[in-house]
Amino acid sequence: MGITLPLFPEQASTLAPQTDHLLYFLLAVSVVFSAGIFLSIAYFAIRYRRRSESDLPPKIAGVLSIELTWTIVPFILAMIMFAWGASVFMQASRPPNDAIQVYAVGKQWMWKLQHMEGQREINELHIPVGVPVKVTMTSEDVIHSFYVPAFRTKQDVLPGRYTTTWFQATKPGKYHLFCAEYCGTNHSGMIGWIYAMEPQDYQAWLSGGAPEGSMASSGEKLFQDLGCANCHRADAQGRCPNLVGLFGTTVQLAGGGTVKADAAYVRESILSPNAKIVAGFQPIMPTFQGLVTEEGVTQLVEYVKSLGRQPGSGSPIGSGTTPAQQKTLPRDRAAMPAIAGSGPTQR
Amino acid sequence: MITAAAEERQTYLNESYGIKSWLLTKDHKRIALLYLATITLFFFIGGIFATIIRIELLTPRGDLVSSETYNKMFTMHGVIMIFFFLIPSIPATLGNFFIPMMIGARDLAFPKINLLSWYLLVAGGLFAIFAMLAGGVDTGWTFYTPFSSSYSNTYVVATVVGVFIAGFSSILTGLNFIVTIHTMRAPGMTWFRLPLFVWAHYATSIIQVLGTPVLAITLTLVGVERIFHIGVFDPAYGGDPVLFQHLFWFYSHPAVYIMVLPAMGVLSELVSTFSKKQVFGYAFVAFSSVAIAILGFLVWGHHMFVSGQSAYASLVFSFLSYFVAIPSAIKVFNWTATLYKGSISYATPMLYAFGFIGLFTMGGLTGLYVAALGVDVHVTDTYFVVAHFHYIMVGGAIMGYLGGLHYWWPKMSGRMYPEGWAKLSALVIFLGFNLTFFPQFILGYLGMPRRYHVYPDEFQVLHVLSTAGASVLAVGYVIPLIYFIWSLRHGKMAGANPWGATGLEWKTPSPPPTHNFEETPVIRHEAYDYAALMEEEANVR
Repeated sequence: MGITLPLFPEQASTLAPQTDHLLYFLLAVSVVFSAGIFLSIAYFAIRYRRRSESDLPPKIAGVLSIELTWTIVPFILAMIMFAWGASVFMQASRPPNDAIQVYAVGKQWMWKLQHMEGQREINELHIPVGVPVKVTMTSEDVIHSFYVPAFRTKQDVLPGRYTTTWFQATKPGKYHLFCAEYCGTNHSGMIGWIYAMEPQDYQAWLSGGAPEGSMASSGEKLFQDLGCANCHRADAQGRCPNLVGLFGTTVQLAGGGTVKADAAYVRESILSPNAKIVAGFQPIMPTFQGLVTEEGVTQLVEYVKSLGRQPGSGSPIGSGTTPAQQKTLPRDRAAMPAIAGSGPTQR
Repeated sequence: MITAAAEERQTYLNESYGIKSWLLTKDHKRIALLYLATITLFFFIGGIFATIIRIELLTPRGDLVSSETYNKMFTMHGVIMIFFFLIPSIPATLGNFFIPMMIGARDLAFPKINLLSWYLLVAGGLFAIFAMLAGGVDTGWTFYTPFSSSYSNTYVVATVVGVFIAGFSSILTGLNFIVTIHTMRAPGMTWFRLPLFVWAHYATSIIQVLGTPVLAITLTLVGVERIFHIGVFDPAYGGDPVLFQHLFWFYSHPAVYIMVLPAMGVLSELVSTFSKKQVFGYAFVAFSSVAIAILGFLVWGHHMFVSGQSAYASLVFSFLSYFVAIPSAIKVFNWTATLYKGSISYATPMLYAFGFIGLFTMGGLTGLYVAALGVDVHVTDTYFVVAHFHYIMVGGAIMGYLGGLHYWWPKMSGRMYPEGWAKLSALVIFLGFNLTFFPQFILGYLGMPRRYHVYPDEFQVLHVLSTAGASVLAVGYVIPLIYFIWSLRHGKMAGANPWGATGLEWKTPSPPPTHNFEETPVIRHEAYDYAALMEEEANVR
């Protein structure tokens, strides 16, 4: 039991050095300013210490040029800090298009994660090094926060909607996953590990098997079981919108307005169907709130997404063919083997 | 106990006796003392919770209290310290006592409302204490929904009722100050002759009056959702949990300035008196208070960079947050420049002033880190933020409060505190504070989340340092409690103006007569005119 005294966190993502460089700049500015202030105070306090109670110091009301200097110079520095911080943040808030997708559901007090291939994990997440990973998250109860200090990423996880974060690990290892938003009694037990692996190790881990099949195929099963297919027919003859090719498009809404068909929209349409009605359709869909879990919804999202990745495919939804096989490699995932294959040579 | 000469003189303390004469008093000075006793009690209650937290965190495991209890400890530490100590601290005690005296008035504009505001604080405090004794509350002082409104099984409603009621105390105090400063200044006391303490309180009052109602309605909605399941914040009832955060921080960010602006006001008085110089750049210091009050209302979203609010909203809030940093910096620079060519005394209040400038500078500079989007994502909700706001609220607000208390104690009590003990405790507090909170910056950047009962082993050494510091800090806070009480009987008689200060409050005897001044003063000089003061004194001789 050696005593460890770490003073600086590990840098294990592409974002980490960017965050740290900004920190170094802030540190430098604060050291200069505080040294200036502290040394001036110490110097004045000694040099001008009271020698007699009858001292009468000169009257100095203030000097405009000095006031302007110490207003404008800090302001310029502050604007540099703002711009620098904003540029790091904006990059960090836009996941690259080729990111692989993972879903996370937070609940008191555990993290449930699922890979597109179907592997489920609890309080652990395996990811490949050198590949951007996007995590789409929601909560079953209160607000949680998905925090990986070694990656310098943190994002609150909210009930009732999706939030996303992304990261690209730069070195293999085991990193803390913390819940950073106070969530009740066992908040400090809502922790886990991120395992960043070499791509080939990750592939090996993935092929360890997912008994239920991919998320999309689980989603298709749900789609059948919940009776969604009765109305959402692929032949455009249904009473409800055709979902084939829907994902990622812009949907015209009844009463004007449009919405991008993303994961949040699909989720909302399942749980609050009347929130946004597609132009030309009636608000006849019942809510599936309480009938499907948040994890089930993420699988349905993946299923709808997989439908969008088969342009021209006439395959009617739920027609009895086995779409599970063909859906295991939607575009995100399809990119994976190539990246994974090139992993070793990239390094 | 009291010298024969002083016994003959009527003061606000000996004007009448008995518990009724205190509980029904309309004298702003007596009300200030009622507040002083009340908030001192709350400070030590809040301190006990802090002590339990720090002892628990000595080891990575949860071996002193259960997680449930731990969560209640940090919640009640926050609730008590913020709503029942820091927010009333300087305004309700030093402000209440000295604003009328500094502007040459006999009392505040609404003496009965002033007394009412104390009763409201006490009533709110009783609800909070009831909640604690009944079983406590575990939501964190931030009451984030839907945890507070739907999930917590603790005394949330009693606590928010307590905070709600105490909020009205704060609103009424602010209202009283605004009206008093506008209407009751003595002849010749123009706005730009006001001591900067008064300017700081004027700015604070604006925030109290405009911000507190928003907290009141927000907490009411939490209570309503909890009891009637009306969907406001909980998505299960169709609400939006992030809406709560917007409303909560709309008050609670400006509330930071309710805590620290009065301390800045104290600082201006201390720096001037103990260097015998007028405050450098008076107008800049005065207007920077008002600027902070106004800009403080536009930056609440910087608490929510990872909350799921729009990235563009975060950009705007980050941008505006840097604006609010500038007036704080201006104050620090001006205080430093005031020392130049001064006649600097190292009396205890000045030691607190030096301590304030040092700690507030570090708290303020780390504010730049958390305002920077790229860094805040990593450090928000970690010990970095805990350290940052303790540097502002404890290193800033409490150092200012203690500095002010030492400075005006001779005026309030008529007696001096023991200077040697006071210097020692100021030093102990400064060292203890830094040892407690500096390691928390490192912990936070390492990734240690706040509000964790158990934590990974690698953070232990820094937690041990922090707990060691907290023990020192606790000693530093107990010493003044003892010697202030001691000085009431045994302190040296202070005289009217022991510091050679220029404010009107020093032109009347210590302790002051009930009506403050024998005759209404007429002001002929700007604030901090030491040459004029010396001339007057020479003439008297």
